[in-house]
Amino acid sequence: MAEPIPAISADARPRLPRGVRLTHNEAQGGWVLLAPERVFKADAIAAEIVKRCTGSATFAEIVDDLAKTYAAPRDRIEADVTALLRGLADKKLLEL
Amino acid sequence: MTSHGASALPNPLGLLAELTHRCPLGCPYCSNPTALDRRADELDGATWARVFAEAAALGVLQVHLSGGEPAARRDLTEITASANKAGLYTNLITSGIGVTAKLLGALAEAGLDHVQLSIQDAQEKSADHIAGYEGAYARKRALASEIVALKLPLTVNAVIHRANIARVADLVELALAMGAARVEIAHVQYYGWALKNRAALMPTREQVDRAVEVVEGLRARHRGRIVIDAVVPDYHARFPKPCVGGWGRRSLNVTPSGKVLPCHAAEIIPGLEFWSVKDHSLTDIWTASPAFNAFRGTAFLPEPCKSCERREIDFGGCRCQAFMLTGDARATDPVCQFSPHHDVVAALAAVQDDRSYVYRRM
Repeated sequence: MAEPIPAISADARPRLPRGVRLTHNEAQGGWVLLAPERVFKADAIAAEIVKRCTGSATFAEIVDDLAKTYAAPRDRIEADVTALLRGLADKKLLEL
Repeated sequence: MTSHGASALPNPLGLLAELTHRCPLGCPYCSNPTALDRRADELDGATWARVFAEAAALGVLQVHLSGGEPAARRDLTEITASANKAGLYTNLITSGIGVTAKLLGALAEAGLDHVQLSIQDAQEKSADHIAGYEGAYARKRALASEIVALKLPLTVNAVIHRANIARVADLVELALAMGAARVEIAHVQYYGWALKNRAALMPTREQVDRAVEVVEGLRARHRGRIVIDAVVPDYHARFPKPCVGGWGRRSLNVTPSGKVLPCHAAEIIPGLEFWSVKDHSLTDIWTASPAFNAFRGTAFLPEPCKSCERREIDFGGCRCQAFMLTGDARATDPVCQFSPHHDVVAALAAVQDDRSYVYRRM
């Protein structure tokens, strides 16, 4: 059974660590997250989330912004963003 | 994807730039060919800069500055700057020897994104013996501190074989202590110098099983602290690795003298025609060179691959290994349990011999 995903603090300021960057590349067909010796393709939604992880916006602000931009229920957005960011943090692709 | 005509050729993601074959270490598992390129034959910095620009245009995202020891080149900073200028993510793959604090600072300034530092063992004496270089371990520890102080991300690479396999857990602890965010537990792959030293390096089945179990446990325990990536000990595996992600699918390798290979070992396969960056653009080489087209896709594969559902997962395994162990580069990699030659691999995996290493030397 999968473990429950731990919540992220509302005032956390997620950011990409040095050595990880999001870039758009035509030849590779879209957004990619470049990391030490690894490349991850990011879909449009993931890219929109990661773009907001600048280290200045708080987790709560990121969720608010996405809920507003996509006119979607806030709790649903929060769950999706939590899952994505926790997954990235486990791979050392994000600092929370 | 960009269009390459009807065949929809994929764009490579990575470029392994072997800047030099010179290296102060003598690791007996080195994956470089046993016939090493000489200094006089090395590409100059301007040519590398052109190659990086061509690579970026072809869709390459990351360049791995490797060797040999890349710091053996006096123009490493300029080379790194040119890769950065081309827009590539730059990764330095180093033994640490020759990377002074001053050079490291200059590389960071030149836009270096990441460092992969090798470690031979978690015990100093054993580490220096494996490297064939006294003082290597101490220098590597010092360099790791300097890398972390500059806030450069660090991966520790540990090649695993019989002399250090019992200390896999210590190696992961060491990587954590060195400040790495990622560690590669890379079981030896038997090409080049490693092939020469196969019996001296080969772990037993029991050792391999134990090491795999230990790594699984550590991965769960350290989740979020350090990423543990493993290169599987393929002589002890049931299925082959999808070598370099498939021949001519994801990466290219440029040798010190400018030959472009689908993988670092490809020159051992007889009859392949490799093109050089001295004569052709990287795009021409990727799309049209005979070596890159020799084993693209899966159409060339015989049975048991032809009708196998894993065909698009592992592409029949490694062409170099198929050649080395069966004499036929088109054959199913005999690491596969379905290969008619699988017993050859099992027999070789059972040979352990404590003879002295043949150190890698020019």
